[in-house]
Formats: sequence, C-alpha cells, structure tokens
Amino acid sequence: MEAILEMKSITKEFPGVLANDNVNLDLKKGEVHALVGENGAGKSTLMSVLFGIYQPTKGKIFYKGEELKIDGPNDAIDLGIGMVHQHFMLVHTLTVAENIILGSEPSDKGRLKLSNAIDKIKSLSDEYGLNVNPNAKIKDIPVGMQQRVEILKALYRDAEVLILDEPTAVLTPQEVKGLYKIMDTLTEQGKSIIFITHKLKEVLTVSDRITVLRKGKSIGTVNTTDTSETQLAEMMVGRKVILKVEKKPANFGSIKVEVKDLKVSNTRGMLALDNVSFDIREGEILGVAGVEGNGQTELVEVLTGLRKADSGLFKLEGQKLLNQSARKIKEAKVAHVPEDRHKHGLVLDYSIEDNLILGYHYKKPFAKGINLDFNSMAEHAERLIPDYDIRPRNKEILARSLSGGNQQKIIIAREFDMGPEFLIASQPTRGVDIGAIEFIHKRIVEQRDQGKAVLLVSAELSEIMSLSDRIAVMYEGRIVDILDASEATEEKLGLLMAGSTVKSEE
Amino acid sequence: MAEDINFKNLLKEISIPLLAILSSFIIGALIVMASGYDPIATYSALLQGAFGGLNSIADTLLAATPLIFTGLAVAFAFRCGLFNIGGEGQLLVGGLTAAWVGTFKGIPMIIHLPLTLVAAMIAGALWVAIPAILKAKLGVHEVITTIMFNYISYSLVAYFSLKVLANPGSIQTPDIEPSAYLWRLSNVLDIHSYFNIGFLIGLIVLFVIYYLLWKTTIGYEIRAVGISPDAAEYGGISAAKNIILAMLISGALAGLGGAERAMGLFHNYRNGFSAEYGFTGIAVALLGRNHPLGVLFAALLFGALFNGQDYMNMLAGVPVDLVTILQAVIILFVAADLLFRRVLALKPEGRKGE
Repeated sequence: MEAILEMKSITKEFPGVLANDNVNLDLKKGEVHALVGENGAGKSTLMSVLFGIYQPTKGKIFYKGEELKIDGPNDAIDLGIGMVHQHFMLVHTLTVAENIILGSEPSDKGRLKLSNAIDKIKSLSDEYGLNVNPNAKIKDIPVGMQQRVEILKALYRDAEVLILDEPTAVLTPQEVKGLYKIMDTLTEQGKSIIFITHKLKEVLTVSDRITVLRKGKSIGTVNTTDTSETQLAEMMVGRKVILKVEKKPANFGSIKVEVKDLKVSNTRGMLALDNVSFDIREGEILGVAGVEGNGQTELVEVLTGLRKADSGLFKLEGQKLLNQSARKIKEAKVAHVPEDRHKHGLVLDYSIEDNLILGYHYKKPFAKGINLDFNSMAEHAERLIPDYDIRPRNKEILARSLSGGNQQKIIIAREFDMGPEFLIASQPTRGVDIGAIEFIHKRIVEQRDQGKAVLLVSAELSEIMSLSDRIAVMYEGRIVDILDASEATEEKLGLLMAGSTVKSEE
Repeated sequence: MAEDINFKNLLKEISIPLLAILSSFIIGALIVMASGYDPIATYSALLQGAFGGLNSIADTLLAATPLIFTGLAVAFAFRCGLFNIGGEGQLLVGGLTAAWVGTFKGIPMIIHLPLTLVAAMIAGALWVAIPAILKAKLGVHEVITTIMFNYISYSLVAYFSLKVLANPGSIQTPDIEPSAYLWRLSNVLDIHSYFNIGFLIGLIVLFVIYYLLWKTTIGYEIRAVGISPDAAEYGGISAAKNIILAMLISGALAGLGGAERAMGLFHNYRNGFSAEYGFTGIAVALLGRNHPLGVLFAALLFGALFNGQDYMNMLAGVPVDLVTILQAVIILFVAADLLFRRVLALKPEGRKGE
C-alpha cells in the first residue's frame, strides 16, 4: 500500500501556542489510521490544517504524490478529503437527502433535481452498507443513522479520505460495532480513514496504525499489532499510567440515599423522568449508564436542586430533599460534580481561589457576616491546589485559562473537600486527560471507601464498569434495570442502553 | 484574593479607554480644522476653561459629581449583567425627594442631612423596583422597562414639583432648610463655584461600592450572577434575589446623584434639574470599564469637557457641540474596541490551537 496522503513537518503556531510542532503523518490507501492524544495535543488542529480550515505555519501536504495547498474546506472536499465532525452539522427539519446535497445541490437551469441525488444516495448507501433512508427527516432518525448521514455527505462528494472525529462519543456499544463494520467496508472499497479518538480500546480494535500526539509533537507512529493500551497511554502522557482502578472489596452499610418514583416532565409535556427509583447504601458507588439524552441530566438536576420534580421522593439519611433549593441541598452535604463544567461548576472569570469557595462562600470560615475572609480563602486554596494537583499552581489565575482537566480538578477539590455525605458525579472525566482521569477515579473510590454514597453518571462504559458497585441503565427516562457490577458485561449493558430488557426487575 | 486590579491586566484594560480618548481628540482636531478653527487654540481654551484657576477646577469637579453617581449606578448594575438605562429618571425622582424632605423644618442637621440623603436613595431604589422585579421574576428586559420609567418620571416629577410642592406662580420648589445643605467650598474660599461636599460623598460611595463588590459575599454573588448565571445557580446563588438587589442599589446611587444637585447645587428642585446626567452616566460607566476607579476618572474627564466648553466657545469661537462630538467619538471608540475584541474571539485564527 502506498501513501495516499502525507503531511510532512506540519507546524502550526497560534499567538502564544505551538499547536503542532513538526508533525509527520502518512496515510496509506485503504488503511484505518488512528490519531490519538490528550486534549490540547494538537489532533484537531492537525486535521483542521488538512481540511483547509487553518493554513500551516510550516510544512507541506502531499496528496497522491502531489504537493498541495488547501485553501479551505471546499478545496479539501474537491480533492476528495471528507470530514465527519464530532458534533454533527445537520439541519434537523430537512430530510437526509436534502442535508446531503446541501452546498452542492444538483440543478437543471435553476430547478432542484432531487431525484438524481436520491438515486446516487441510495446506491452509495447500498454499496457501503449504510442503510439510510434518504427521505427521512433528521430529527426522526436515531443518532447512529445521523452519523451515517454525515459519512454519506462525504462519500457523496467522492471522498477518498475520510476523517472521523471522535465518532463513537454518541453511540451505544452495538452502534459502535456497526460503525466498525462500515469502516471495514469502506477500506475494502479503497477508502482511507483517519480516526481521531482518545479511547484506546477502540483504537486497538479498529485501526491498522496509530500516531500519538503529545503537546503538539508527534511521539511516534506504531503498528496496532505491535502495541498495547498501556504503551499507548504512556506515549500520550509521557509517564506510566495506571489504567485499572484499584478498588477495595465492598463494605456496604445501611441505605443512605433513597429515591422513589421521580417524575419530571420536560417542556414538551413528555416525561423526562418516568418513575425513577433506586437506593444507594453507605460505601457504595451506583453507576448510571446510558446514552446521553435519556434522562440522566434531568435526574442529576433534580437531585441537586437545579430542577423541580413533579412528584416523587428523595431522602438522604432520612432527610427529605426533593425540590429543596440548591443551597439547602448543598447544606445537607450533597456534593455535585456537574457534567458541564463551563455552564455549571465554575465561574470562568473568577480565579481558582474564588472558584474553590463557590457555593460555600457565605459560610465560615470563608466569610464573617458579609465580609469575605481572604486569609481563610487563601489558606483553603493553598492547601487544595497541591493536594488535588491543580496546575498551574497559582490561585490568582482565572479558571478560564486552565485546561479542562485542571478545571475539573478545581470542582472536584471543592466538592470533595467539603466532606460530602452524598456525592453526585456527572461525566466527571469528560474531556479530561488520562493523567487526570486516573487521579479523579482514585478520589471517587476514596469517597466510597470512606462510607459515602456515590452516584456516578457517565457515558463512558469503561468508567462505569470499573468504578461502580452496581450499575443502573437509563433509557427514555426510565431505569431499565440495575445490575451488580460483577454481572454486567458490555453486551448486556449495551442492550439495556438501547432499550431492550435482559431480565426484568420486580 | 483575585484582585480586580492586576498589573498587566490593568495596563490592557486602561489602554482601550486611553486610546479611545486620544483618537477622539485627534478626530475632534480634524473636525475643528475642517470647520475653519484653530485646534490648538480650541483645546487650550477647553483646558483653560476646565482647569485654569481654582474656580474652574471647582466647577469641573462640580460637573463631575453627578456623573460619579450615575456612572457608578450603571457600572454597578452592569456587574450583575444588567443594563440600567433609567438613571435619568431615578436621579430626578431622588432629587425631587431630596428637595422635598429638605424642606422639613426644625430638624437638626446631624439628622436632617443624612435623612434627606437616605430619602433620595430610597426614592431612586423604589423607582427602579418595578423593572427589577419584572426582570427577576419574568425575565422582562430591563433596558425597555427602565427607559419607560424615565418617561414616566419626567411627567410625574414635573407635576409634583410644579403643582404640589411649588408655591403658586413659582417654577421651582421651595428652598430647602439650611440643615439639609451640603456644605459648599465657597463658604470658606473666595470662589463662585457651588462645588460642595457632595463630591466627597461621591468618593466615599465609590469606595463603599468597591468594597461591596470585591470584598463581600454580596459582591461575590452579584458578580457571579453577572458573569455566569448558570454557575451561580449551581452554587446555590439566587439570580432573582441578586438581580433585584443590584438594581435597587443602582437606583439608589442614581437617586443620590439627584440629592447632591438638590442639596448642594440648587437647594431646590427646578426645571432643567438634570443635564442628561443619567445618560452621560452610561458613557462614563463604559469608559470607566465599569470599575469605580475608572468611573471616577471618566466622570472627571466628562466633567472637564462639560465645564470647559463655554470658555472654549467664548475664546476660540468653537460651538459647544464640539464637546458633544468628542464625547460621542470616545464612546464610539470604546464600543468599537469591545466589538473588535468579541469578533476576534470568534475568528478561528484567534482561537488557541486544540
């Protein structure tokens, strides 16, 4: 196989940041080449350079042996380079076909010739096993199919090179397998794929070769068969990383958290939470698995006082907390690591020090009456920053300037240090680097070992499976089942996440 | 404590207003020349009028005084993410209230003076209360409601001053009692200016507001709501409560501005009480980057421009409209810079690499 694409010595500078530093990437025809690295490593930048969104400061791109200048996405598309973004760019009210032709509408003297397009779409769909209905509206089709529409958009424009950016983030395990099959078909037909991800297990399953980026530099390109998860993690982080969390055997106490029959309607009058019930014991981590958008967000919002429930029961150690204010719930020692740390969790334009007291700022020792006690605030920050490895080690820096992982550490430092009885962690390691993930997982398990109750909501199955004692699966606002972690397999969970029942409760 | 002032940031923050002021003066010079006047003579006359001599300086500070209050009012509301455009009406209502409470007889100054000031603050706060509640509870945009209340105030205040408080045949309310006078510098120095301790009160209030915003839990909450209402909500901070509080304080500050006019300058309420102080206050807040120190300097600048314009007219023959042009260009440049920065933040080249 010869190289269809070569990116040579690509350097991309932004003011104050060297996003790509002399990176080499070559893509052989018909291969799946994975591009891995932590956030900020430069993967997206490199692909944006390839796709013409950025111009490289230095370096050359060779496509099919010829040197090219790619001035913009249209150039890239014309050349046969297609990109499937992590966040889909589809118009929900239009049909699949209309979305696919958007930007290159076939017309005859100004009149839209949709039927030609539909034929081409149908034949592409059959050829690559994409199973897409050209006349369905985007809002009516499932996410997995939406992603296939995005792939079709590229194929429709005769893409030979496909760039897939974090494609499995929104898929159930079964849908992921479906995607792998499609990728196989594509490469069999001579397409070449660049697969950007941070999920090492997937990379090892599906790729032929892997290029690892770290802090803008290429650490190396390896054959998938020659490497392992541990080696990849080490290349990504620069040191040995422990991937499996050490968990002491369970030591459950009495029931600490009781949730019964929670009902929440959303703005369209439908039930976002449909009679959700579960208990959590002392020293237990209850994981909530499920594809995002099945009620997990609403569940966490209700339990933390950010959303009102229509009815139901929520008790912490016997204290009724349903529909109390967020402040009251915090005072009842419920800690919340929110799923969107930019929206909730942090005031980005406040310093690390100020963010470390958010939600507790009005209490001793941080305030005497209405006056803030800056000495206590400083002590607090100076203790937590090294304890929770927040970098840079400067409490005056604004939260906005920190990386995602360090921002998350601020939130975790604050919430854990408050000595919660009930910890609710929602997507706690989303967008967080491997080194920090290890740290955060350790701390969560620590809480559990200290006898607290932990509710862990995550879209990362591996995280749920490695940390939880029991796993609840949510689908369309209901808890489909709660399994013991020892019984849970990816297969079972995947089926439950898609709505089928493996075994029925009650 | 994350100081609101941090040296490198400070330089960055003041460079914008300074550049805006410089640019406006350059443009002003060009306009002046194009109209056939001498820019050097114009600006030196302006400078003379504003700062040439003790009386001029006093008058400049006097002109700056109401702008300190209205500028602070707008700046404070903005810290909570709110636009209080009703400073004008709040100032008038506060001023009229002060002119009325100031006429109460037989109260010793030690009580009467603070009483009158507080009455004006309450009046200003009450005047913004309805827009505040509408915003906090129903999300009604305060820009609209506060402007509407300005219009209501014009008629209401005119009615009360002329038909209720004024003696028949008079176009101003009765003079206030000396026990409600704000002490004038002219009492001891040989100047004509009505410059009074209202300016000092302004400085004290500036400091109090600074302390409130950056050293108290109240300020912590108000600013959090202004920067990120979602994060504030997550932190148990009530957006509604803080919106109302911020607006009430803002209204009170504007009302206090009216009090100074009534108690220090006019000793009553009369037609033409306010020379658009409420609206100029918006420019002052903008130029001062919504920070008490910035508001002080911006107020002084605008006060100097306002005070110097007559002398400039007399000496260089340039119409006082030039000052309005200067003010407008300053605002334009400050606003344009904010616009540029927002646009640059959105452009892909400006983003950090990922």
